[in-house]
Amino acid sequence: MALQAIAFYLMSAVTLVAGFCVVSARNPVHSVLWLILAFFSAAGLFVLLGAEFLAMLLVVVYVGAVAVLFLFVVMMLDVDFTALRQGFAQYMPIGLLIAVFLAAEMILVATTVATKGAAKDNLVPAAAGSGSELSNAETIGRVLYTDYVYFFQAAGLVLLVAMIGAIVLTLRHKPGVKRQIIMDQVLRTPKTGMRIVNPKSGEGIGE
Amino acid sequence: MMTIGLAHYLSVAAILFTIGVFGIFVNRKNIIVILMSVELMLLAVNINLVAFSAYLGNVTGQIFAMFVLTVAAAEAAVGLAILVTFFRNRGDIAVDDASVMKG
Repeated sequence: MALQAIAFYLMSAVTLVAGFCVVSARNPVHSVLWLILAFFSAAGLFVLLGAEFLAMLLVVVYVGAVAVLFLFVVMMLDVDFTALRQGFAQYMPIGLLIAVFLAAEMILVATTVATKGAAKDNLVPAAAGSGSELSNAETIGRVLYTDYVYFFQAAGLVLLVAMIGAIVLTLRHKPGVKRQIIMDQVLRTPKTGMRIVNPKSGEGIGE
Repeated sequence: MMTIGLAHYLSVAAILFTIGVFGIFVNRKNIIVILMSVELMLLAVNINLVAFSAYLGNVTGQIFAMFVLTVAAAEAAVGLAILVTFFRNRGDIAVDDASVMKG
C-alpha cells in the first residue's frame, strides 16, 4: 500500500510539474517535450488505477503520434516565438487568480463526490481483476465490441474525417511539377514523337 | 494519507485541468501552446474518467476515455493542419491576425 502511495505521489507530481512547464516554457519545442513527459506519467497513473490498456494506448497514441506531430509542426514553422510571448506577464496575475479559484472549487467538488458519491464505499480501485480473471484489455474488448460497437465505428469515422480534412488542408499542387501522363504516352505515334532533321555540316541543329 | 482514494486522483485531474486553462490564459498569442493546453485539459478529463471507472468497478469509463482520446487525436491533427495552412498564407501564426482570415 505504501509503495502504491509513493508511486501515486511521484507520478502525479511529475505530471503536474510537467504540465506547468508545458504552459510556461519559453521554447515551444521544450513545451512539447514536457507534454510528452506529462503523458508518460499520466500513463503511469492509469497503470496504478488498473487501466493498463488505456495506459499503453496513451503512450502509443499520444507520445508516439500526437506529440511527434506537434514536434514536427513546431520545428517546421519558422516563427519568432519571443514575439508570441508578449502579454505573458500581463495576463499572469489574473490568470493565476482564476486558476487558484478554479482549482479550489474543483477539488472541493471532487472530494465531496469522492466521499459522498456513488463510489464512497470503494476505497481501492476495483477494476484490477476483482472477481473475474479477465485482463483489462479483454474486459474492454468484450464491452467495446458489443454494447459500444456503433460508437466504435463512429470513432473510426471521426478519424477518417480528420485524416481527409488534414490532407485536404495541407495538400498543395506546385506549379511546374512534371508528372507522368499515361494517356499522352499511349497516344504517341512515330509521327508525333519523332522529327527528322537534316543539319548542314558545321552548323549543328538550331534550337 | 497513505491510502490513495478517488479524491486524490480527482484532485490531480482538477489541478491538471486548471493548468490547461491557465495555459490558454497566459499564452494568448501562441496558438501552438494553446493547442497543447487543450491536450492537457483532455488528459485531465481522461484521468477523471479512468479514476471513476476504476473505483466504481465499471469499465464504461475507460471506453469513454478511449473515445475522448480518439477525438483529441483528430482535433490535434486538424488543428495543426489549419495552423500550417494559416502559416503558409500569412507567414506568421499570431492569433490576433486570425480574425482577418475570411473566405
